[in-house]
Amino acid sequence: MTSRQLVLSVVIAAIVMFVLPVFFDVLNLTTYAAYALLALSLGFVWGYGGILCFGQTAFYGLGAYVYAMTAINLGEAWGGFFLAILIPAIFAAILGAMMFYGRLSDVYLAVVTLVVTLLLFRFMNTTAGPEYVIGEARMGGYNGIPGFPTLHTPGNPDANIYDEELYYFTFIILFVCYLLTRWLLGSPFGRVLVGLRENEQRIELLGYDVRARKTAAFAFGGGLAGLAGCLYANAAEIVTPELFSLGLAAEAIIWVIVGGTGTLIGPMIGAAVLGHLKFVLGLQSIKQVFGKENPLEATLVFGMILVLFVLFLPRGVVPSIQGWFGRSLVGRFKSGSGMRRRTRSERARNGA
Amino acid sequence: MARDGVVEARGVGVRFGGVSALESVDFTLADNELRCLIGPNGAGKSTFFKCLTGMLRPTEGDIRIRGIDCVGAHPHQIAGLGVGIKTQVPSVMNGLSVRENIWIAARRLNTTRSANRIVSETLERIGIADSAGDLVGNLAHGRRQLVEFGTVLAGNPWLILLDEPAAGLTADEAERAVAVIREMNERAAIIVVEHDMHFIRQLANTVTVLHRGRILTEGYVDTVLRDPVVRDVYLGKSQ
Repeated sequence: MTSRQLVLSVVIAAIVMFVLPVFFDVLNLTTYAAYALLALSLGFVWGYGGILCFGQTAFYGLGAYVYAMTAINLGEAWGGFFLAILIPAIFAAILGAMMFYGRLSDVYLAVVTLVVTLLLFRFMNTTAGPEYVIGEARMGGYNGIPGFPTLHTPGNPDANIYDEELYYFTFIILFVCYLLTRWLLGSPFGRVLVGLRENEQRIELLGYDVRARKTAAFAFGGGLAGLAGCLYANAAEIVTPELFSLGLAAEAIIWVIVGGTGTLIGPMIGAAVLGHLKFVLGLQSIKQVFGKENPLEATLVFGMILVLFVLFLPRGVVPSIQGWFGRSLVGRFKSGSGMRRRTRSERARNGA
Repeated sequence: MARDGVVEARGVGVRFGGVSALESVDFTLADNELRCLIGPNGAGKSTFFKCLTGMLRPTEGDIRIRGIDCVGAHPHQIAGLGVGIKTQVPSVMNGLSVRENIWIAARRLNTTRSANRIVSETLERIGIADSAGDLVGNLAHGRRQLVEFGTVLAGNPWLILLDEPAAGLTADEAERAVAVIREMNERAAIIVVEHDMHFIRQLANTVTVLHRGRILTEGYVDTVLRDPVVRDVYLGKSQ
């Protein structure tokens, strides 16, 4: 990323950040930003690392729980904030090492990660009893953990960051994570990672330890997802086992498919747009249309969206737009698909 | 460590269930030697190749590369010794450009700056500088083979293992491949697995003939190819 691109992406991000609250509720926007960070993490491990993780929500939920329980025990937020990144990252590293050193193939990898998040879902649901307690924090079973300290100005636990401030904070964190991921992808590590997605055997025959690199990438993605969980917990002010649920795990996959794999900005937009769509559907406007008590299930709509995209826009929104406009603004400056985009523009220059 | 043994294989055998794909193969490759490994289909060439590259663990025997025991080593560990490997089917990164393919190979042992320089040199050496920015997946088969040669070259290996480098090449491209291999041979010992006789004659050097998992004979290419037993094996007349 050149310094010009950096300045431009900061400007665009700032405009988006200040314009969005004019049209949408800030609490919703904060939630969408947390979703977008989750989508960014999945877009990274799947779209660039070629690791189809169906259970990215495991790290997301873990981040939320770690934050909530640490915040209750410490009575302040920042210890939890950092642990919410660290512990999911370590968990992802351990899980990743078992999968990659065990040479699991793609499909099994998706199944194993999904099972992990569902196991956590089941487990958290059974922790209602008083014996499930860490320090002062009860895990709360089905009801989850409400009423933990939320983010505050460092050093002053009474000066809470909430509402608009929390939105700006979350958005900036999202943007910083985006830049960090782009930087990582532009680094030699990231370029080898993309090579690995393209041809694992070739990378191995060039002397790179594929297993270690995949594990490291998976851990990075886990850390991002954990941070997303922490930000979500702060917006929702409650964590529940639903964070580990099949529904959310599938939604994350849909966000990335709709937004476009192989880009970073795509999954983020996909998450925000579909997150808002889910919110609108949840307002039961459909019930009024059909005049029935049961609202139209968001899952049904999401399923339809997924099918339509797989059929008509299999590459997702952002890569398709990039394809239509070639070296347009979107392709040149905003998207995270550094490697692919460079090849495409090089092709354009060579007239191929 | 003996000076003359870049690759030393002793009594290498591979058994798949009851089937013996390779039996007590002894093989020595000297410094800067160019050796062709030939034989009809199913002779065990590729199996032996996979043992050398770590893609397959031999059931018995001992393989040493520059004195280092390589039985059970992972392919990346063998490649990490400075061994360049090219597989039978072009193994390249289709979604990346030619330049990026070679850059990733060059970057492993070099800084970004010298990797960039090595990439430009390599592109010139294999003669595909004009398609440096093209996606490898869009190139014709022969040029993709060249790209894979490029990734092997960029690692500056001292031992190169090539599995059927001439497969699917046009006559021109095969000639180019011969030139590239000869040039590589100035700096590295090379093992070429091949069954294209014309290609082997062009490379003209010592050949080892495998048949039914065993070494049939070894010697200079002309002598070996004139050997009636070898001809029978190849034309399928034997027994």
